[in-house]
Amino acid sequence: MSTLEVSPAERLSGQPERPAINEFSIQVATVNGSGSQTANSVLMRAIFQMGIPVSGKNMFPSNIAGLPTWFTIRTSARGYIGRRKEVDFLVAMNPETAREDVMQLGAGAAVVYDEPLKLDALRSDLHFYPVPFDKLVAPVCPEPRLRKLVRNMIYDGVLARILSIEMDEVHKALEKQFGKKKAKAAELNWNAARAGYDFAAATFTKTDPFRVERMNATAGKIIIDGNAACALGAMFAGVTVVTWYPITPSTSLVESLMGYMRRFRHDPESGKANYAIVQAEDELASIGMAIGAGWAGARSMTATAGPGVSLMSEFIGLGYYADIPAVIYDVERVGPSTGLPTRTQQGDILSNAILSHGDTRHPMFFPSSPEECFSLSIEAFDFAEKFQTPVFVMTDLDLGMNNWMSDPFAYPEKPIARGKVLTAEDIGKLGGFARYRDVDGDGVGYRTLPGTRHPAAAYFTRGSGHNDKAQYTEREDDYINNMDRLAHKFEVMRQHVPEPVTAIREDARIGLVAVGTSDYAVRECCDQLRDEYGVAASYMRLKAYPFTEHLKDFIRRHERVYVVDQNRDGQLLGLMRLEFDAELIAKLRSVRYYGGLPLDARTVTDEVVGQEGL
Amino acid sequence: MTPQAKKVNRLGLEVLNYRGSKTTLCAGCGHNAISERIVECFYELGVDPMGVAKFSGIGCSSKSPAYFLGLSHGFNGVHGRMPAIATGALLANRTLMGLGVTGDGDTASIGIGQFMHLVRRNMPLIYIIEDNGVYGLTKGQFSATADVGSKLKTGAPNDLPPFDCCALALKWGATFVARSFSGDKKQLQAIIKTAIARGAYMKEHEEPLQELDFVPFFEDISVEIPEGEVREIEMHDGSRLRLRKLDRYYDPTDRLSALSALEEAEKNHEVLTGVLYVNTAKPTFLEVLNMAEEPLATLPESKLRPSPAALNEIMEELR
Repeated sequence: MSTLEVSPAERLSGQPERPAINEFSIQVATVNGSGSQTANSVLMRAIFQMGIPVSGKNMFPSNIAGLPTWFTIRTSARGYIGRRKEVDFLVAMNPETAREDVMQLGAGAAVVYDEPLKLDALRSDLHFYPVPFDKLVAPVCPEPRLRKLVRNMIYDGVLARILSIEMDEVHKALEKQFGKKKAKAAELNWNAARAGYDFAAATFTKTDPFRVERMNATAGKIIIDGNAACALGAMFAGVTVVTWYPITPSTSLVESLMGYMRRFRHDPESGKANYAIVQAEDELASIGMAIGAGWAGARSMTATAGPGVSLMSEFIGLGYYADIPAVIYDVERVGPSTGLPTRTQQGDILSNAILSHGDTRHPMFFPSSPEECFSLSIEAFDFAEKFQTPVFVMTDLDLGMNNWMSDPFAYPEKPIARGKVLTAEDIGKLGGFARYRDVDGDGVGYRTLPGTRHPAAAYFTRGSGHNDKAQYTEREDDYINNMDRLAHKFEVMRQHVPEPVTAIREDARIGLVAVGTSDYAVRECCDQLRDEYGVAASYMRLKAYPFTEHLKDFIRRHERVYVVDQNRDGQLLGLMRLEFDAELIAKLRSVRYYGGLPLDARTVTDEVVGQEGL
Repeated sequence: MTPQAKKVNRLGLEVLNYRGSKTTLCAGCGHNAISERIVECFYELGVDPMGVAKFSGIGCSSKSPAYFLGLSHGFNGVHGRMPAIATGALLANRTLMGLGVTGDGDTASIGIGQFMHLVRRNMPLIYIIEDNGVYGLTKGQFSATADVGSKLKTGAPNDLPPFDCCALALKWGATFVARSFSGDKKQLQAIIKTAIARGAYMKEHEEPLQELDFVPFFEDISVEIPEGEVREIEMHDGSRLRLRKLDRYYDPTDRLSALSALEEAEKNHEVLTGVLYVNTAKPTFLEVLNMAEEPLATLPESKLRPSPAALNEIMEELR
């Protein structure tokens, strides 16, 4: 995708647009495995604790140690927490990338760097702050083997001084990071931060315009990554069987679930687990176990990413055809094939919608924030059992693995809904049942669970042709009846999926549609269109597939609708093409980004502006 | 004349209650004989069929669970992946008795990985491999258990050596390994009954290792046994398996001797049948997971959803 070299605002004023107080981005360039994660988290948290809206994005390599990694922190008094492409303040710790990192900065940016790199010779239009990290770390960390890990903490202190981040908040953030049990490590890091602060205070005269100022915009909020939020959602949804196979970027979802389940889901009296978590031998087994458990009545789930979903395809087709509930978290990463395992994309939308051979359709939920990771997880488990079908919860690496500022999660209001399950007593009253008969007109039959003690309770589940009594059949009419029931069931789901979030501008001739993490960029884009171009744009964020009537109405009321996709082929748009009339399709336009980084507003704005000919 | 009382088992059920729908497999097929034995064993032992869950993959053998235990839930899944489905279902409800039926294609080829991991986990599942060395449904290709040199109808020879699923299961840590022949009614019955009494891995075939008597826990028939010739092994439910020594008797609780007996038989082009190995001490996967005794599937909401206080506690930590 082509993007403009300079933003329109710059073109208009002739001056670089440089926000300063609470409106800038910091990029820390380090080497993977150097312990920078702690320093970066503490930095982000300290700013957060000062009441300033903040976001953090980790751009890391698929490697254990040694390759370059970048962490971007964006502060935004206006509350924009999507990625911002422009870097205002660079911390250059990686000799491998320092030169390129510096050359990419816009004029007027600031650079804190490791003194021996001599970066100040590269440019004359930047603010440079050289720091002798090795010299500073030695006195505060006598143990040479720990220096590598503590060294990065020094830049937290330097930045605190230059950007006016309160050291008390750095200290609090450190304590939070290490907890009471690791007081010694916290102290070591604190000393390093102090050394950085003192050095900067004694050495530098501030020349750049960037600084933070205490606000009150984060009170009561939490910081959490999307994977942990999904894990909490699954736990409060009452998940009982979790089967998985490690894969980036979904691994931490199950790992944090293990931690929470150990604390909150053991029987207080017996100490026994009211759940099972099994690391399977591969994704074929993990989804097979989830399907087996769902069949036997457990609330089951698995978590994976694109390559895992590809492997699960056959079983998910079985789940669809045999009406078996399961929740599949797909934390999307860049495909195809192994792709870029540590970069983000919305690349599985189209394939998941129709995953597996034959005619299939699968519901997908699209959380865009940690709060929705929590609330939509709970809805997904209810939905899977209500409609007796596999349900995808689609997030991506950006949402799953990055830390996000979020409102605290609300305790679920509705009780757990287990769907249509007949007990032995029910069967006794009914005198029998037909597993796949659509008695309620919603396409969902009644099921019994194995172990139900009634002679008429059993049925035989199969992925081969079956009639409404679950008996083997190859008859044309039986096959068609069953497939039509499944199609009808999918139509009924439309009335029950979470509704989209819509912001209509009455004067808007254009609209934007997006899912998941595109939300942040699109909302900011709508403001940019308004502020920079005087263009009104409506916005609809979908929370689920199948699409509801709301989407059609939204397209009808606008002249052109831009469908934002974080993939090359416009997959979300492609799904709309599959089911909409030509008249609606003719109004759709595509905005696509697929470089693997979190989507930023400028990319969307530039594309819309280009296509609108503004 | 008064009508003759129907013959029932200890649960008051007739053998009819243990049958399934009519078989669609070829007449005289060994699979049907095994299905018959399953019906007899579950009936005679008085197992509640409504507490049993049947699992299978894809193939002729995998169709057979429809032909027995019609009062049990069944799941005919995808090719080679029955172990995963069974594992999930037994995690969801640990009180179910799991009975898996598979074939040599389903287990030794496409499903060898899942079979291996099922064994490694020691899932309490009766896993019957109905091994005929051939792909039946696709009409006659070799499976990975076909003997080297055996010929297809076209005359094409098999030039790869077979897997011995019993030896592999032993190696991977299976806790009950037995082999029988679908035509050996008495031995197969004793083996299936033992498997029911403890959860096991089995396979059909030839050369008997020992004579087997299975004594269910609810029967206590004392039989005259010549000293030194018979060994009794107690199963989890208190039933006992009596092994009567034959020429080549060995200790079935010793894995090494089981493996060497299999090696030796292979050298002599023999197939050993009988109980190859029993280990009643190793914990099952369900025990390893420290799971609640009641089925996870039917836990009440109070045990599934932590309290509002728990959510507050977590939110507080994240502030």
